[in-house]
Formats: sequence, C-alpha cells, structure tokens
Amino acid sequence: MNDSTNTNPLTRMRGGYTSFSDSIHDRWATAPRWARWVVYLLLIVLAIALPADGIGSFMSPYTDWPTLLFFPIGGYILLAIGLNVVVGQAGMLDLGYVAFFAIGGYGMAVFGTKYGWSFWEILVVGVLLSALSGILLGAPTLRLRGDYLAIVTLGFGEIVRKTANNWNYIGGPNGIGGIPHPPTLTEWTIPDNGLFDAIGIGGVQPFKYGALDGKPYYYLMLVLIILAIVFVKRLEASRVGRAWASIREDEDAAELMGVPTFKFKLAAFAIGAAIGGAGGVMYASQAVSIIPTNFPFILSATILAAVVLGGSGNLPGVILGAFLVAWIPERIRGLQEYRVLVFGAVLVILMIFRPEGLLPSRRRKAELAEGEGGMGSMGAEVGGPVTVGAGEGVE
Amino acid sequence: MNNLFSQFWPYTIDGLSLGAIYALVALGYTMVYGVLRLINFAHSEIFMIGTFAALGTLHLIGMPANVGGFALVGLVLLLAVAGGVASGGSAVILEYVAYRPLRRRGASRLAALISAIGASLFLQQLFARLVIPKAFGLPKEKGALPVQGHFAHKSDVIHIGSFELSNDKLIVIVGAVLMMIALDMFVNRTKLGRGIRATAQDPETAVLMGVNIDRIVTATFALGGAMAGVAAALYMLRFEETRFDVGFLLGIKAFTAAVLGGIGNLRGALVGGIVLGLIEMYGAAVFGSQWQDVVAFSVLVLVLMFRPTGLLGESLQQARA
Repeated sequence: MNDSTNTNPLTRMRGGYTSFSDSIHDRWATAPRWARWVVYLLLIVLAIALPADGIGSFMSPYTDWPTLLFFPIGGYILLAIGLNVVVGQAGMLDLGYVAFFAIGGYGMAVFGTKYGWSFWEILVVGVLLSALSGILLGAPTLRLRGDYLAIVTLGFGEIVRKTANNWNYIGGPNGIGGIPHPPTLTEWTIPDNGLFDAIGIGGVQPFKYGALDGKPYYYLMLVLIILAIVFVKRLEASRVGRAWASIREDEDAAELMGVPTFKFKLAAFAIGAAIGGAGGVMYASQAVSIIPTNFPFILSATILAAVVLGGSGNLPGVILGAFLVAWIPERIRGLQEYRVLVFGAVLVILMIFRPEGLLPSRRRKAELAEGEGGMGSMGAEVGGPVTVGAGEGVE
Repeated sequence: MNNLFSQFWPYTIDGLSLGAIYALVALGYTMVYGVLRLINFAHSEIFMIGTFAALGTLHLIGMPANVGGFALVGLVLLLAVAGGVASGGSAVILEYVAYRPLRRRGASRLAALISAIGASLFLQQLFARLVIPKAFGLPKEKGALPVQGHFAHKSDVIHIGSFELSNDKLIVIVGAVLMMIALDMFVNRTKLGRGIRATAQDPETAVLMGVNIDRIVTATFALGGAMAGVAAALYMLRFEETRFDVGFLLGIKAFTAAVLGGIGNLRGALVGGIVLGLIEMYGAAVFGSQWQDVVAFSVLVLVLMFRPTGLLGESLQQARA
C-alpha cells in the first residue's frame, strides 16, 4: 500500500535503476560489431585477472579466492546457464536440477576411480550420461505441465540422492574418495614479469591441476563457461530458441502452429542436463571426494534462485545472479552462523524490490507487462497493478 | 515381501497415521495453490513452528510424563490449539511479509517461489540459531539437534489377532479426519468459504462480485497454517521429537501428497496423503526402510504419467476448495 504512490523514494529508485539498465540495453543493441568484440575481450581479460590476490582480499577475506571462484562461483554460474535453458528459455520449472550435477559428479568418480579413465574422457562421457538421464526423465514426464513437472523433477532429484546414499557400489553414505585430478597438460608457467604481473597472473601454471592451487581449475571452468555461453547464445538465436520461446509463451498455440513441442522440450531438458553434468564432472575432479550430501535439494533451489534473481531468460542477468548467490554467503562468512539466515532474508527482500530479476530479459518483461506471461503471474488477475485498486476498494 | 504379509496390519496402521499427518499438511499447500497458484515453499517451516509451539506448551505446563487415556486426548487438544494458533499466525505474517508485496506488483509466480524459498531458509535458520537455543535453554551449537518431549503413555487400545491399534495412532488418525471434515464443511458452508472457492475459480470475477481478495488470501493462509499446526501437534504425539529442519522432508512429502491427489482439491489432499503414507510403509516393508522415499517418489512419477492431474483431478473450483 505504501509503495503504490509515485512519490515514494523506493519507487523512484527502482524507476531510476530500470531506466539505467534500459539505456545500456539500447546502447548494446545499436553497438557496431567491433565494439561488441572489444567488450567481449575486455570481459575475458577481466575474468582471467579475476583470481588475483588484490581482488581476492576484498572479495573473499575468509576463504581462498581462486578456489571460491572455481566453486561455488564458477560452478553456480555454469549450472545457472544450464538451468536457464530449461526455466528461462523453454519455460519449464525444474526443481531437481541438482540430479544432473550429481550424475556428472558420480560419473567422474566412478569412471575415474574404478576404471581409471582420464578427466577428459570422462568429461565427454559424463556430459552424454547426464543428457541421457535428462531424456530418460523427460520422455515420460514432459507431458506434464507447470507445477506437476516441478514436483516430478523435485522427486527425481531426491530419488537420485537417495539412490546414491543407498547403493553400496558407489559408496553409499560415505561417497567416493580418491577421485583423480585432471592430468596436467603442461608445466608451462606464465612469465613472471611486466604485463602479466600487472594483472596478477604472473608465475601461475594454468594447466597444472594439483591439489593446492585453485587457479587452473578456475581457468578450466572459465573455458567451459565461455563454451556454454556461446552454445546457448547460438541456440537462442536459432530456430530452436524461437521454438522454446513459443512454447514458453503458449504451448497450445505453439503446437497448433506446427512446433513439435515435445521434441523441443526434451531437447531443452537434455541440453540443460548436459551442462549440469559438465559442472558435476568438474566439481568432482577438483573435490577429490564426493558424498550424497553434496547434492541436496537446497542446491537446486539455490541455482533456481540464481536464475530468477538475475533475470530469468537473460544470460548476463543469470550470470550476475549466480555470482551473487554464490558470493554473498561467502562474503558474509564473518557473520558465521547467521549467514544462511541473512541470505534467506536477502532473497525475500530482493524479490520484493525486483521481482523481475536484477537484469530482466526485455522480451520477458514485455510479456509480463501484458498481464499473463509465459509462467503466468501469481494470482495473475488478483494482484496485478490494474486490479489492486479494486481489491483495496472493497476493504 | 514376506515381511509385508506377516506384518500387514502394523504397516497399514503406520501408513495410515503417517498419511493422516501428510494429508493435514497437504491441505495448506493445496489451499494456497488453489487461491494463488503458488507453491508455498515455506509451509514446511510453518509446520516446524507448530511442532515447537506444541513442545513449548509442554515445557510451560511442566513436561507431564506418561499421560494416558482421556487425559492424553485433552492434552493433545491443548497442543493442537497451541500449534494451530502459532502456525496459523505465522502463516499470515509470512503472507504479509513475503508474498503480498509481490502480489501487489504483479510479480511472476517464479519470483514468489524464490521469495518462498528465501523465507523458508530464513525461518529454519532463525529457529536453529536463535529460537531453539534460547527457548529451550540449549547451548548455541545444539540448535541443530533434535529436541525431545516424551509425554504420552502409549498403549494398545484395540487388539484383534495381529491387528493392534495403539492410542497415539488412533488419536492421530481420528484427529486428522475430524479436522478434514471440519475444514471441508467450513469451505463449503460458510460465507468466507464461498469467497475462497470463488477466488479459486476466477479471481477477477470474484473481485467484481465484491469479494475482498486480501481478506480471502489471509483467511486461506490462516486456515492452511492452522491445519499444519494441528498436524504438528499430532506429529509430536506420534514421534515425540522435532528439530529445525523437521519440516523439510515432511513438507516435500505433503506437497507430493497434494499433487498425487490433485492439487487444489481438498479431498484430493486427504486421498493423496493416505495413499502416500501407505505406499511409503508398504515400500519400506518390501524394499527396506532406506528405500521408502525412493518408492514414494517413483509412485508419484508413475501416477502422474497416467493421470497427469492427480488421482482426483484438479477440480478445485467445483465446490471442493
């Protein structure tokens, strides 16, 4: 009630933020091709310089910054990109995404310890395995819509975790230990001088995957993230992406227009699962040992929170959301036992002030403004800006 | 398999009493979903608050021991009132803080779901870190441990062959069924209940007909919360211990039960809860108790494959919720 007037400072702040992000949007849309490449390059250089100690001492005073950048930050970003395909692009609510992460992780653990395969082989196999499990889950259940699908995926996540917990072959509750690191590609060291020192990466061995240094893992994750971004971006701009958008907006209409909805939904599920599986393989190869409690439901919820918080359907937003969701709890580690409490409160507050996410996708915003967006709005017709007056009037 | 046949009645009774608790909690999910189309993820914490309200009441009246007979019925009634008031009240506050601002801005359901997850984390941690250690005089790091409260003297009231029914399970089943009937009558016979049904059916038209949506939503959360509070009291009678995350798995199961029966459908919640409780217990008998959750979720997937809107269907609008 108190925020329904335009003179409220909070409302004005929100308005200012929105027009700011809109103007950036416009600039980007009209920017020439070379300018975009410059920005991409700058971002990559920034990402390469990110593990530097100077940045780390501010960003994470309590834990090793490069390791933190690998997981949770990098890992969450990769998972959020994958989940965004399912939730943001195809509009299906998946509450059990952690299952694919777990399948990738256990794939790495089993093939690495029991069959002695190398990381690179397992990365391929793990991705295929996760995609396959996505198809196996999706094929019988993708007829379901909305919240029914949500609960089935949630159930699938629990089934996977419980099975890992009960199955002695993969270690039961003790999990699997002694998972091999990726083999070292080369001992090559970045020269310790001038330019490289200036951005804080002098003396790093970026392809030597040991137990101590988190930086090589971070760079590996970075490569994977960039590949995932390019892949997903290309898909979004293709026929597949348009099919997903049409399914998200109105599945029945899409079907009537000749979009094979089931096929595309299954594809979204498999691609999301594959990216999640890649994250799992990476995670397990660094963590050395994994146990079923590494893959709780709350991780699914956190990744979903990252996607929605950043702006479902908009890749930069999703990445920002994942970064915040991974980083905030670590940054406030000084609050020790209260950090999850604060994190929960932050989620509620952010959603109250930016329900469309920090960097919403424009297309999605336009859809929402029309009233009934792809996911509909909560009590759509009830609380929307148009009918609030009516609801209040009766009071 | 043999296990199931030789112990058929005990598993059935256990399944029924577990299912009755699921069903009561499922009501909260199903009502909120019916009216707002929102998965109220923090409902499991509303249940958790109920268990601690019941436990706190026990402490207040000096932790009675070995209560049996009709005194036990009276005591459970008291606990149910305490749990119902605490849970109903916190559900209303939850709606006011975490959902209403979003509703006013016409936010997407996904945003509301994230808000719900945030609220759920917040409440869990609030109890683990502050409320439980303070209220029950435990050292701080003990906040995450189970808190116990033994008060009931459990004895068999009915005993025919291998059919044994103990007093606590009888109270749980009868209590849950009575609450269900009361809620069903409330929703179908009173003016407020008609408002709830109207809103579930078509919110826009309901507003035009003079229904105050905000009041309906508050009532929905209060009723659903109160049901969870009663379920919490029955849970305390049955299991005699609770912890800060007691609601998590139970909440997921209750939501599963709601979906199994057909979400938004009050009678579906009853059917879904009972079916889920029985399946879990029979599954535990056949495959061992460590697989009971896997069996429960697998059955959910199977049922939804053949009946995509649950056992009884979604027909909340048709004079059901």
